[in-house]
Amino acid sequence: MTLQEHAKRYPEVWRRFNPRETLIRYAWYIGIAFVAIWSVQQLDIPWIYFLDAHIQAGDLLFRMFPPDWEFALEVFDPLIETIHIATLGTAITFVIAFPLAFLSARNTTLNTTTWLIGRFILVTSRSVNTIVWGLLFVAIFGPGPIAGICAIAARSIGFMGKLIAEAIEEIDEGPVEAIEATGASRLQVLWIGVLPQVLPVIWGTTVYRWDINIRESTVLGFVGAGGIGIILYSSINQFAWREAGIILILIMIVVIISEFISATLRKQIT
Amino acid sequence: MLTITDLYKQYPTGLQALQGVSLTVDEPQVVAIIGPSGAGKSTLIRCVNRLVEPTSGTIVLDGTDITRLGRGELRRARRRMGMIFQEYNLVERLTVMENLLSGRLGYVGFWRTYRRKYPPADVQAAYELLDRVGLTGYENTRADALSGGQRQRVGIGRALMQKPDLLLVDEPTASLDPKTSRQIMRIIVELAHERGTPALLNIHDVPLAKSHADRIVGITAGKIVFDGKPGALNEKVLTEIYGEEDWSMTLGQDTEQDGGAATKQRPRRRRKLEGEAAAG
Amino acid sequence: MSTPATTDYPKTWKPPGLITNPLMRQGVTALIVFYILWSVGSLEIDWTRVSDGLPRAVKMFSRMIPPDFSRWELLVKGLIESVQMAFAASFVGMVLAIPLGLCAARNLVPKPVYLVARGIMVLLRSFHEVIIAIVFVKIFGFGPLAGILTLIVASVSFISKMMAEDIENMTPGSMEAVRATGASFPKFLIYAITPQVMPRYLGVSIYRLDANIRHSTVVGIVGAGGIGQVLQASFSRYDYDFALAILLSIVALVFIGEFFSAWIRSKLR
Repeated sequence: MTLQEHAKRYPEVWRRFNPRETLIRYAWYIGIAFVAIWSVQQLDIPWIYFLDAHIQAGDLLFRMFPPDWEFALEVFDPLIETIHIATLGTAITFVIAFPLAFLSARNTTLNTTTWLIGRFILVTSRSVNTIVWGLLFVAIFGPGPIAGICAIAARSIGFMGKLIAEAIEEIDEGPVEAIEATGASRLQVLWIGVLPQVLPVIWGTTVYRWDINIRESTVLGFVGAGGIGIILYSSINQFAWREAGIILILIMIVVIISEFISATLRKQIT
Repeated sequence: MLTITDLYKQYPTGLQALQGVSLTVDEPQVVAIIGPSGAGKSTLIRCVNRLVEPTSGTIVLDGTDITRLGRGELRRARRRMGMIFQEYNLVERLTVMENLLSGRLGYVGFWRTYRRKYPPADVQAAYELLDRVGLTGYENTRADALSGGQRQRVGIGRALMQKPDLLLVDEPTASLDPKTSRQIMRIIVELAHERGTPALLNIHDVPLAKSHADRIVGITAGKIVFDGKPGALNEKVLTEIYGEEDWSMTLGQDTEQDGGAATKQRPRRRRKLEGEAAAG
Repeated sequence: MSTPATTDYPKTWKPPGLITNPLMRQGVTALIVFYILWSVGSLEIDWTRVSDGLPRAVKMFSRMIPPDFSRWELLVKGLIESVQMAFAASFVGMVLAIPLGLCAARNLVPKPVYLVARGIMVLLRSFHEVIIAIVFVKIFGFGPLAGILTLIVASVSFISKMMAEDIENMTPGSMEAVRATGASFPKFLIYAITPQVMPRYLGVSIYRLDANIRHSTVVGIVGAGGIGQVLQASFSRYDYDFALAILLSIVALVFIGEFFSAWIRSKLR
């Protein structure tokens, strides 16, 4: 065949996107770049600070050494308190989120109204950050661990409830049908037909959230809700970098241990 | 015992699944319902215990009109009907024993269920059924560790734990291999006969139905077109039910296989039931 | 084979629980009860303050309602600042996460590089963003700069972790195929890694953008800019009705953000 026919049959250039698609992609890129530049520009950033940022960072690290190990003994108790806040908060969450999740799943809720109420509670809980909940509860209960525990619970209910409700909605309905066919009551159907299917998710989510809550509890003290946060805050404010350094090291140890426990437990759950 | 009168079912999509089905079972027999896919077999079975709500018609079981029952009464009626499913529908993460005992849920309160403390008589009955279906020693095995045939045995056991007045069986062998299918059918029919329980059995394997059932009912497009003894199943009947096809193999195959297989199987039958169970 | 008589069957059966040994199970229960008692006892709880709490809460809520939107210019300014912080941090975070993510994939880089990258990631993850925010505030002063840097750190740690896991979960087949053609490392990246990682990378980044909007509200509480700062100020001044207005706008913003993010991620698929 002629060269032209050959060229028509077998194009010499392969493009992944046709011209129109290419145009759209470039429009997206430029648009995103615009937004990026706009947002950075709008903020009054004193760029001059960046010039010596690395020096500052190095200086900071230098000031944190050597860590003040004696101070560690003083902060031991607040550290334990932090763990308690996380654990008790997660425990309370478990008790509340467990039935709430059943109300928030389309296949186990009583009627549309209860489903909407359940969903609403979960969304509200999730939208407000733990620290903001902390602010709220400190205003109600005053500073101390109670506010912290409530704040942890308030936020975790949304997290756990959503994941468990999603798991409930994804179960295999076959066993549920079978249990219904034996003449079991509604509660029995939920307990024997639904619950065993979602039990791994319930345990896994609880352990996962506990791990996250340990980290959240470390900073609740900043708003006065108990734990080690308040000491860390005051150390940083007073430029007591060696004290701050040791607290950060202890926090890191606790977080790493809790992450390890959480990962191990979650692997065990089948 | 069971009288179905003029049963109609129309799904919201407009599909007319059952169009005036009437059926009477007045002795403890195994009734096999055959017919093409979508003929209404599964709908019929599920209407009896109202897992599917009939549009109109009556279903009377031992004097009780199922179709008129309220929620609480329906639950009490359902516990008199044991159901066996095509996909076994066991609770996978629970043990064999818990799945068996779940057949008694209609008879125990929630508190007992929560504490997992069933009445001693029920536990004994469960062990006995375990033996009877050939799964001795499997009580603590998780359901998802079993083979298909083993799971269906548990399903059969669970249905029988209810000491039902009627067995509803929905395609018990559709997910099983040919040998296991025969074993399962044998168990179902033996147990139904032993306990004098009538059974409505939904099945698409015609030879299997022919060789095990006491009575055959053929359904096409929501209507019963045949109701009689398995021996009366001939090519004309099958054509009426399923349509034009070469039925010689379907009708001839079964007797040959069973005859040949029986001679081969007889020495193996002398082995313990556990061996049969272990093979699946 | 003789079948046992009915009366020979066991009358009871116990489900094998998570912990089979009954002694251990009781031990664990005792441990849990002991822990609850000990922890509650060790916490210094002012119970009178707690019982005062409920009437206080009622009083607070009555002061919150109706929410006060009169200072909406301040509110909107704070919200916009939060959104801008989130966007800026997400973009920079997306870019910086790439090298870190690549270096943290066991099947791409030699072991020492992998260990260092993973170590950095662990370090970044251990600290709550508020702690990082405070440190940045101390270095760079109050204002959104500290906030952006905090969110950049959070984004980098998150995105790089997802990337590394994604790369490690890749089927080796496609990588081997590209290597077999003799491609140089950059080309290898483009042809083998990028197509497989890109969809999840974009999805994760958009999720992070949405998360950053949520988190930008929080870093403000310690002075790192955004609506959080406005919120904290209103709480400290007992302007509860303004605080409720702020909280409602935050919830609305988060809602819109989640919706938007889910929509874009569905289009990516």
